[in-house]
Amino acid sequence: MPYTPYFVLSAILFAIGLTGLFIRRNLLLMLLAIELLLNSANLSFIAASARWGELTGQVFAFFGMTIAAAEVTVGLALAILLFRNVDSVDTKRLEMLKG
Amino acid sequence: MIPLAWLVLWTPFFAAVGIFFFLLHRPQAAGWVATAAMALSFFFSLLLLFRAGIGREAVESSVQWVALPALKIEFGILLNGLTLLMLLIVTGVGSLIFLYSQGYMHRDPGYARYFASLSLFAFSMLGIVLANNLVELFAFWELVGLSSYLLIGHWFEKPEAADAGKKAFLTTRVGDVGFLLGILLLFGWLQAGGEGTFNFLVIQDLVKGIHQAGSGGAVSLLTVAGILIFLGVVGKSAQFPLHVWLPDAMEGPTPVSALIHAATMVAAGVFLLARLFFLFSASSFVLGLIAAIGVLTAFFAATLALVQTDIKRILAYSTLSQLGFMVAGLGLANPQAGMFHLATHAFFKALLFLGAGNVIHALHTQDIRQMSGLLKKMPVTGGTFLVGTLALVGIFPLSGFWSKEEILATAQQTSPLAFILLLATAFLTAVYMGRLFAVAFLGEAPKKAVHDPGWEMNSPLVILALFSIIAGFLPLKEFVPMEHEASGPFWVTLLGLTVGTVGFVLSLYLYLLNPALVDSFSENLKGPRRILERKYYVDDFYNALIRHVQDSFAHLCDLFERVVVVEWGVNGTARLVRFTGHLLRQLQTGRIQFYALIFSLGVTVLTYGWVLWNR
Repeated sequence: MPYTPYFVLSAILFAIGLTGLFIRRNLLLMLLAIELLLNSANLSFIAASARWGELTGQVFAFFGMTIAAAEVTVGLALAILLFRNVDSVDTKRLEMLKG
Repeated sequence: MIPLAWLVLWTPFFAAVGIFFFLLHRPQAAGWVATAAMALSFFFSLLLLFRAGIGREAVESSVQWVALPALKIEFGILLNGLTLLMLLIVTGVGSLIFLYSQGYMHRDPGYARYFASLSLFAFSMLGIVLANNLVELFAFWELVGLSSYLLIGHWFEKPEAADAGKKAFLTTRVGDVGFLLGILLLFGWLQAGGEGTFNFLVIQDLVKGIHQAGSGGAVSLLTVAGILIFLGVVGKSAQFPLHVWLPDAMEGPTPVSALIHAATMVAAGVFLLARLFFLFSASSFVLGLIAAIGVLTAFFAATLALVQTDIKRILAYSTLSQLGFMVAGLGLANPQAGMFHLATHAFFKALLFLGAGNVIHALHTQDIRQMSGLLKKMPVTGGTFLVGTLALVGIFPLSGFWSKEEILATAQQTSPLAFILLLATAFLTAVYMGRLFAVAFLGEAPKKAVHDPGWEMNSPLVILALFSIIAGFLPLKEFVPMEHEASGPFWVTLLGLTVGTVGFVLSLYLYLLNPALVDSFSENLKGPRRILERKYYVDDFYNALIRHVQDSFAHLCDLFERVVVVEWGVNGTARLVRFTGHLLRQLQTGRIQFYALIFSLGVTVLTYGWVLWNR
């Protein structure tokens, strides 16, 4: 069974996620992009686990999903706070720390 | 005996501290405390004299002051004849002048401060006299300079007085640098030889040993050290070329001039010469230099005294001249004569200054041209002043005659040139003192109501006058024993006496009976007169030196400070930081995406590099 397509798909997903993270100004969409990044990594872990017959990769994938859940919780909380403060979820409004 | 000596030293110190802390606002009490402390100190010195006797072996006692592995400094006392003599002079003359000050400084706003400083001075001076090692002596030497500064500038609201204090302090400091270097050189050399010490007696033994061994290198080192230490003497005893501060120091209160700038402090240099005579006499070159400086100062200060019109300045130049005599005596290898002259000079010069103080107190002027006939109006002052004058001129049998004759005899035996110059100085001394006495005390009596001051100012004069008369018969010389007593032929004595008498009488005649001759004389000699009035241009030379050398150097330093330190160093650093900050600020956009991009680029580059590295 060829495994290369899984890794390629994972890489494509990662690239899409990264691009989304860079170009989107909407905080919700950025969180979405981060999910994509995490899941592409999970895909790689699972594929690698299958490829070498090791369970470590799958354990890592579960770990990743847990972290993703926690991250989304915090991220959404931040987004809500931002919305409450500036009436928008646009990250352009988060330039208060500019030097 | 040793506890007594410690008491002599510390009594004035406790008076000074007590006044500074408790009595600054109770002047009357301050004056009496200071005077009583001084008198007590004198009493202890007398006890010491009776216990120890004159000319006994040296007694030493000390406590450890600094104890480092390579450096041990003691704080101690060295008692011998020389010490006893100086103790008696300082505390004896000091007591009288403290008493006199109570009258002279009456109602002065700084009365208590004055007495505190004077006590501090007495303490420091006694410290110099009693010190048993060079470091201790140097510390007290500087303390004396400090108290001298404080007292010259006592009336500091007067700019001349403040300037004179500064001048005295800075000028003596020039000499003291040499002194300190000399001490360090001597110590370093002894250290290299295995025995690093500052103790006088130990150094004396070492130097004696070296002298007997006759090593050339050691002698040349002793020569250098001797010259350097002599520099300190030149500063403190106001010898040429560092004499310029003493005449200006007359801005201080007159009792201060009497005690510090005539009788004791300026004599500290001579005392140091006598204390370290073993060191100076190790090199004939140093002795020659000392003699030359002494004779030169004696002569040239006497010429300057001829044209002064300020009564205190005449006496100041006279002091310079007599100090020159003492230094010359030491330099001509006769410490006994030098110290003898120091002792007699302390009496009659203190007397003269206090007499001048009485006159200034009564007339409120120091210009002798505004004085005349004071002898009739102020019989006590005038009479004692005459005694002091005659003693200074060296009339038989007053004290100055005996001591001056000793020095002249020594000079006659060693150096004809020194003898002639000193003889000329003696003549000039008689002339300027005759002039002072004739102008101020003889002639027409003033119309104003002028009278002698009260007992506390008169009694010191009388006592000092008494001592000026009899000091020549006191066994003062035995305090400083010598192996070979110098005694010149009788004609030297006669010549010295004649020169003094002729000068004095001539001067009286000229200024009293024939002033027209004096006027025509000074008319015809305008050039030399001008040189004398400009004090041989020494002060002008120093001023020019300061203006051209020191000021331009200061200007250079100022420029360096402004341009290099401030402009480049301080402002430059600030500008560099600000510029860097400006550059780095461009990176802080505040956009999360930008940071994330940089972050991922960084991770990518690092990962890629890591992969390549491990291939």
